[in-house]
Formats: sequence, structure tokens, C-alpha cells
Amino acid sequence: MASTIRVRATSNGDITEVQALIQHPMDSGFVKDAQGAVIPAHFIRELTFEHDGKAVFTADWGPAVSKDPYIKFSFKGGKKGDDLKIGWVDNKGATDATVAKIL
Amino acid sequence: MRKWISLVSAALALAFAAPPAIAADTPDPLADAKAFQKYFTTKFPKLKLEDFVNGPYSMNEDLYKQWQEKEQFPPYEFALEAGKEMFATPFRNGKTYGDCFPNQGIGIRQNYPYFDEKEGKVITLELALNRCREANGEPPFSYVKDEMASLTAYMAFTSRGKPFDIKIPDERRALEAYQKGKEYFYTRRGQLNFSCATCHVQEPGERIRAEVLAPALGIMNALPIYRSEWSGMGTTSRRLVTCNSQTRAVPINPQDEEYRDVEYYLSYMSNGLPISGPGARP
Amino acid sequence: MKNLTSNMMLIATLLISGATFARAASSEADFKAAYAAAEAANKEAAGLRNQWTTTAATLAAAKKSADSGDFDQAVTQSREAEALAKASVFQATSEKERWKDLEIR
Repeated sequence: MASTIRVRATSNGDITEVQALIQHPMDSGFVKDAQGAVIPAHFIRELTFEHDGKAVFTADWGPAVSKDPYIKFSFKGGKKGDDLKIGWVDNKGATDATVAKIL
Repeated sequence: MRKWISLVSAALALAFAAPPAIAADTPDPLADAKAFQKYFTTKFPKLKLEDFVNGPYSMNEDLYKQWQEKEQFPPYEFALEAGKEMFATPFRNGKTYGDCFPNQGIGIRQNYPYFDEKEGKVITLELALNRCREANGEPPFSYVKDEMASLTAYMAFTSRGKPFDIKIPDERRALEAYQKGKEYFYTRRGQLNFSCATCHVQEPGERIRAEVLAPALGIMNALPIYRSEWSGMGTTSRRLVTCNSQTRAVPINPQDEEYRDVEYYLSYMSNGLPISGPGARP
Repeated sequence: MKNLTSNMMLIATLLISGATFARAASSEADFKAAYAAAEAANKEAAGLRNQWTTTAATLAAAKKSADSGDFDQAVTQSREAEALAKASVFQATSEKERWKDLEIR
């Protein structure tokens, strides 16, 4: 199955800028369907970005984040060709992970 | 009694309505399009003609910057990929979508809608796709849900940059459909008494609540669109339906004659402007 | 002058009390008649393919009031729905010509 994570990381030698788009329903658990039944909560709980064995960005998420979240951040370090590991875990225990090269 | 009254009023209305001093008897789409484009280029002299296809982003600098950034990671990417996959997957009978369209369905979006002279009606891309499905024994998709949005997103993508090339054959029924589309566009409806023109001709660049309004010129070029408001991809049909309900008018059915005619009119008005779809909007 | 004034006062009082008297509790029959009139107008609007969402909402509210036994409210809402429906019919009819006002030429 195709990865749910799209990522682009670019380094200018000093700072690496990361953008990621993650495919996930991010159901808050507060929305009702057309029949009036609550759509159960289904959202990413934790999202981690790792470089060189260290976590450079960790997000603890909840129901407030919308569907197909987009993240953008920068971190010091990282050079062209390095690996960037991304992984998430959701409230149902499902996971996905990918590795991207820093451009 | 009522019928009699309405008959008399109709007769009176006709007596007063003929002959029209301003409007010509036969529609002149080419003249209309020239006037239409001139209206918007005069209103926004700093914009190039092709800028109009970016709707609200060409109307507001801050929005433009945010959009440019977002386009590096466009929110419609998932729908686009899904659409590409769907398009390539054969039906149960072995045929594909490509078999229904000229050039295998690639790079043809700018020719839709067109007027089918055999049937005497306007055919939009969405209608053509569902007809393709039904002709091959598959159930039609809803015009307002994800599958149709994904398919049309892919087809729009293969036409990116190509200018709209809508044709109106010089025959009575096609000109009538064009004229009906034009009337629909300018007719006020709903309790809010808005026509499409009220927002998109009179007030492009201005705000309605928190949204910046797009100009009517180029408004079809970016469809289908990923709307942040919908947290998802939406078709032309979906946008027309929601526009109706937002003015507190009960929408008609997706792909009903009026909707197809207004899409025909608006697309023709944007002839020469490039397809920019699939798009992203607030 | 005084006679005229007192006459007018008398007429006014009668009119007001007459109106008040008519506003005394509506019956289910009153509701059914008012609702039917509203529905008929809304059907006419449907024929012109120009119904308003607020008409439908007000009709639904009227029905709900009637179901809970509040026929006064139900009649008022039915009358409002009828007014909305008639306005939508007027809109559809007048826009047949008025649309030209907005046309870019």
C-alpha cells in the first residue's frame, strides 16, 4: 500500500526545512454522520521526525487537528543526502513510517 | 381562475417585452466573451489574462503568498493520485475510461463542456465520465463525492496550461443552451437574492464573511478544487450545489440542464485562459 | 370635532378588539388550512425551480409546532412559510426579465 506520508526536506547547509503532508482521516470523535451516529475518533496520536538517531520534531496530537494534516518546520543540522525518518501512531494503534533523503 | 390570471399576465408581459431595445434576438457568444473579458481586465489592470484562473489568490497578495507555499505540497495530491489510479484501472469488461474519450482521455479537459448536436444537449466532463461508466456496465458515481472529484482532478491535471477551447456550433439549440446558461448566471435566487454575478461580477476581490471572492473570469479553470472548507476535493457539481444552498436556494440536481448550461456559458467566457486544475481554495 | 375623535376612538377600539378576538387560540383546522396554503405556494415555486431553503425549514418548524399541540405557533409559522414561498415565486417571475440588469455588455 502506498505510504501515507509525503515529505520534502531541503538543507541550506545550516538549517533543514521540512514539509510533510500526511493522509489520515483525523476524525475527532465529535462529528455525527447523516444517520446521527457518532463517527468514532480516529486520529494520529504521535508524529516523530528523526535525524541521526535523534528526534528533531515530535508532535502529540489530538482531535483538534484536521484531516490530511500538513506540517512545516525547520531544524538545525542535517545535510544533503542524510536520512530523515518519519513515523506516526494513531489512537487505534495503526502506524506508518517512511524514510526520506534530505535534498 | 389562477391560470387565467397568469395567462393574462404572461400576455401583458410579452406585449411589454417585445421588441427588446438592447439585447439582440440571436445571442452573440463571441461578442459576449469579448465584453466579459474586457470587464475584468479593466477592473484589474495589473493582472495578466492568465492570472484570473487563480481566483482569490490573484485578488489578495497575502493569500497569494500562502497559496504559493501550499502549492509545493498541494492538498489535492491524494485525490490526484487516486484519480490517476482509477483512470488506469479497467472496468469489469476489460475496457478503460480512455476508450470512451478522444486521445485516450489525456489532455482533453479544455474541450468540455461541448454541445452534442445529435442529442441536442450540453455534455460536461462529469456527465461524459458517468456515461462512460454506464456504457461499460458500471454504476455511475455521485456527482458530488470523492470518486468523481478524483477522476476529474486527474483529467484536469493532464490538461494543465492548455487554454479553454469551448465551441458553440452556430445552430439554434446550442445558442439556446448558451443563452440559458447566461441567464442562469445573472438570475438572482434564494432568500439572499444573489445571482452568481452578484458575487463574482460585482464583487470579485471583496469579502463575503471571511472569504475573498473570485472573479467569474477563469472561475471554471481551476476545478475540481480541494477546499479547506470541505477538507476534501469537490467537483464542479458540488460547488454549484453548495453555491445555491449558500444563497438559501434549494439546489436542483447535479448535472441538471441549468447547471450544465451555466458551466457551458462560464467555460466559453474563459476561452483562451489556461486550465489550472486541479486547484486548492480556502 | 370631539364627536369625530370619539367616533374614531370607538372604531379603533372595535378594530383592535376584533383583531385580538381573531387572535384567540388557533385550532388544528386553522393550522391545516394555513399549512396547505403554504405548501401550495411552495409547490408553485418548485414548478419554477426556485424554492428557498428557508421555506422548507419554516414549513418543518410549523409541522413540529402542530405536532406538539401549539397551533398558534404553527399557524404563525405556516403563514411565514407561505410568505417566503410567495416571495420566491415573485423572484422567479420578475428575474425572467430583471437578470438583464446585471449582464455585462
